[in-house]
Amino acid sequence: MEYLIAIGFTILLTVVGFVFGTINEKKHYASILEREEKLLNLPTLTVSAKSLSQDLDLNQFSQVRLVSGGTVLSIDYFKRFLGILRMFFGGNISAYESLIDRARREAILRLKEQAGNADLIINLKLETSDVGSGSGKKNDSSVTCIETFAYATALYK
Amino acid sequence: MITSNIDLIPGKKIIEHYGLVSGSTVRAKHVGSDILAGFKNLVGGELKAYTELLEEAREQALDRMIQQAQGLGANAVINVRFSTSSVVEGAAEIYVYGTAVKVD
Repeated sequence: MEYLIAIGFTILLTVVGFVFGTINEKKHYASILEREEKLLNLPTLTVSAKSLSQDLDLNQFSQVRLVSGGTVLSIDYFKRFLGILRMFFGGNISAYESLIDRARREAILRLKEQAGNADLIINLKLETSDVGSGSGKKNDSSVTCIETFAYATALYK
Repeated sequence: MITSNIDLIPGKKIIEHYGLVSGSTVRAKHVGSDILAGFKNLVGGELKAYTELLEEAREQALDRMIQQAQGLGANAVINVRFSTSSVVEGAAEIYVYGTAVKVD
């Protein structure tokens, strides 16, 4: 009987995770796409100033500023379950791929929003770190949330 | 104080070089945000408390670096880099370093 309750509870959590996780992800992707379109006119490059100065006169810019953006995203219960299953069989964990994709794009978007009316953003660096499990259990090997952080130099005319 | 992660300041000349400056901070999240994070682990999504925590930590590390640069008499820090590491479970260390210079 107790086993049945435990299994039932796990299934319930998985269903709740699936429903809300899917809704959350769809909403997030919609907002990412909308904002990406809005900020499309602000070129963001990963090239450094030295290689850029061969093609472009950097002296036309009068102001520089270090800009950054970051986010901490958590995966839902259902996808975590999928991930654990995948770790057993091996292969692509597509459930985690979308999480990291969303986190990186969100970080870059926040960076661009912080840059305001910049003319160019160069030397973009992306950093990803594992914040660790919320429960703090040592033997919990599955990644439960990740942090992405982007920083770059914004140039203003 | 000008900060940038490129190795020059456009339109300005570097006249003096002060070497490496750095700042670091170790921050832990409080229990309340941990409980909320546990709930968010169920439905997925952004952990706003953690985002804010790390943002504040980075700002503090930057402030410490800038203070060090000001103490040296610099007016700009170039080639700034960030790095994150977890010292203990539930805490994050933010380290930021750069080169302090004086520009005209």
